[in-house]
Amino acid sequence: MNAANDPRLVVHPAPFLHPQVTTPRIMADVLIALAPAFAAGVWFFGLSALSVVLAATAGCVATEWSMSGRSQLRDLSAVLTGVLVGLILPPSLPLWMAALGGFVAIALGKVAWGGLGHNLFNPALVGRAFLQAAFPIALTTWVPPQGPLALYGGNFALPFMHAATDAVTSATPLGQMKFLGAATPLADLFWGNVSGSIGETSGAAILAGALYLLARRACDWRLPVGMLGAAALLAEVIHQVHPEKFPGALFTLLSGGLLFGAVFMASDPVTSPLAPRGAWIFAAGAGVLVVLIRFWGGLPEGVMYAILLMNSASPLIDRALQPRRFGGRAAKEAR
Amino acid sequence: MTLGHTFRHGIHPAEHKEATVGLPIERMPFVERYVLPLSQHTGAPSRPLVQVGERVTRGQMIAEAVGFISTALHASVDGRVVAIAPRSHPSGRLGPAIEIAAESSSPQRLPAGEALDPFGLSSESFVSELQRAGLVGLGGAAFPTHVKYRVPEGRRIERLLVNGCECEPFLTSDHRLMLERTADVVRGAAIAAHHLGAREVVFGVEENKPDAIAALQAAVAGHSAMRVVGLAVKYPQGAEKMLIRAVWGEEVPSGKLPLDLGIVVNNVATMAAIADWFDRRQPLVDRLVTVAGPGVRRPANLLVPLGTSVRSVLEHCGGLDQSTREVILGGPMMGTPLASLDVPIVKGTSGLLAFTDVEARLPAEYTCIKCGRCVEACPQFLNPSRLGRLARAGRFEEMVGYHATDCVECGSCSFACPSGIPIVQLIRVAKGALRERAAAAPPPPTPPPAPPSCHPLVSPESKK
Repeated sequence: MNAANDPRLVVHPAPFLHPQVTTPRIMADVLIALAPAFAAGVWFFGLSALSVVLAATAGCVATEWSMSGRSQLRDLSAVLTGVLVGLILPPSLPLWMAALGGFVAIALGKVAWGGLGHNLFNPALVGRAFLQAAFPIALTTWVPPQGPLALYGGNFALPFMHAATDAVTSATPLGQMKFLGAATPLADLFWGNVSGSIGETSGAAILAGALYLLARRACDWRLPVGMLGAAALLAEVIHQVHPEKFPGALFTLLSGGLLFGAVFMASDPVTSPLAPRGAWIFAAGAGVLVVLIRFWGGLPEGVMYAILLMNSASPLIDRALQPRRFGGRAAKEAR
Repeated sequence: MTLGHTFRHGIHPAEHKEATVGLPIERMPFVERYVLPLSQHTGAPSRPLVQVGERVTRGQMIAEAVGFISTALHASVDGRVVAIAPRSHPSGRLGPAIEIAAESSSPQRLPAGEALDPFGLSSESFVSELQRAGLVGLGGAAFPTHVKYRVPEGRRIERLLVNGCECEPFLTSDHRLMLERTADVVRGAAIAAHHLGAREVVFGVEENKPDAIAALQAAVAGHSAMRVVGLAVKYPQGAEKMLIRAVWGEEVPSGKLPLDLGIVVNNVATMAAIADWFDRRQPLVDRLVTVAGPGVRRPANLLVPLGTSVRSVLEHCGGLDQSTREVILGGPMMGTPLASLDVPIVKGTSGLLAFTDVEARLPAEYTCIKCGRCVEACPQFLNPSRLGRLARAGRFEEMVGYHATDCVECGSCSFACPSGIPIVQLIRVAKGALRERAAAAPPPPTPPPAPPSCHPLVSPESKK
């Protein structure tokens, strides 16, 4: 072996073994986990569901492309945010609003903070919160499920024109419960044959996605489990005190956006605490807030604000709960 | 998994031990040139005892210890000293070394010495015997062994922990040693335990080496104070604090040593080397090296005379595949990359690995999404994600508050990171900068703010 024939060696520091799971793969896993909820949305709300999700995704991708450059798209986070925005919008929403929501999600929810990993709030929820503030009527106009070929007139409203009113509108199960005191059958809630946002109605589809997500370890299991557990527990306790006024655990879990929010929004690693104990606090806080807003707030649904509020507390939780180092005494000493 | 028989956190890299685990120990033939760096151990470099031109024999002490944290060095071949000059060291730097041209006519046998009864020695002379033998920890850190055996006044050592984890992927030399030299490992442990006054001797071996566990169990059958503990396979179990946690469930307090719990941890190969010295008067002149990796044509577990060049070892193993891109001394998690094959095998070299384009490809880097995989991997329960961010921002002083100095640099965080962030390297750079700042006296009352470093691997200091 002559030195001249040596292979050209590269030198970089240890370790020399590299991770098998990459960030784009984690994003892809979440997208795969969203597929059942997306499919259920299309099954119940038809072409409208498909169009709204596509419009929101296009808004996100175009914004990311123009603001951060094309290479930033390869981490798949913009596509994921887009799909998430679309799935938490009403199926009859004007498409331009969905696209605008996507723009706000990326521009104000992510890029303004410094890009992926630096944002304080869940970008998809920022997009939706903006839409809810800007277009409160469009965001609370609900249509009944009309099957896989459904196309709602509302989708085609032009910017700043009044949306063409759909022939039929209907309250969500939460709205019916809050304002009419009427309960929706749990079976309908579980399968998703009720009005609501595109991806949130079918508990079965969301749970299928959740199982995949947890099997792939794509999110911290404590976040969805803690949020659902806290909400169910608190709702059940209040229900036992006032059974005629407040719904119990099962209705709370299956109605509205709680399942979807817990599985796909609260579990966002960027905007939730890093340490396990912090994750429990974050999740429990979000679950409690959902129930408080639903039962005593002005709105029928509170998942979005609950998660956004806990997002804002996330850095504080992380700072306060540094992991106890090996061979260290109290966690407090860590500061 | 047997609960309590491992530590918390850590990672499960693919083991890759199959290529060499079945290969018996083979002796590396003698070659022409040997380069013996004077610094093959932690502590002060040894001082040469020979002159250029002098004839030396295999096993002869050619450099002596300088101070207590230092050790002796012996000629690994019969030959002539041709130079005492700076030579390439595996660390990548030049360092003083004794170069020996081997005598081709010599049979290269170690002189057979009269066995020395280690049990009759005072503990003081036992410690100096270990230093005279040039013994260092053979697990890779190369800390002079005798230092651990001088028990400070007022301290008692209750337990001796013999480390047979070999948790680094690819490496199998300790495994082969436990199989082929079981009696010497146990003999060395008995000698060591006697001088420490330890009442308990535990051999910690990962359960992926059932044959080694069985062999050790059979060998310790007659010793009431000795037992073998099988451990769930996990990296970095061979780190001494992790191993103590795995065996006894106790944590060595941050900033303290195993000694503070009355424990001494030594590698299995170090135990066999102790037996070599007292039973055969053989100092540390050879060491076991696993040669493996996809770039090596003929993997092997080799007994290599110290000072043999990496090039000679690879030639003996059939040469390198042309697709080789990385040559590593040690294991793939904590080893040292080589820029040249003309560096010697030293006392701390446990492995020689060659990786091809496939393994050497760096992962694409993305921003941290705070997924927490590094936190779940860190055996020291640190927050590598935050440490990495602070390091990249040049906020080194803040890192102290997050216990950067507790980092053992095992690399589990980098291995776990899906965003391909070189976290452990960022922490290493920061620790180095902090050490430099601490060394610069007198420290300013308020440290000047560090300019943010754009490049992850360039510390602000080096740019000034």
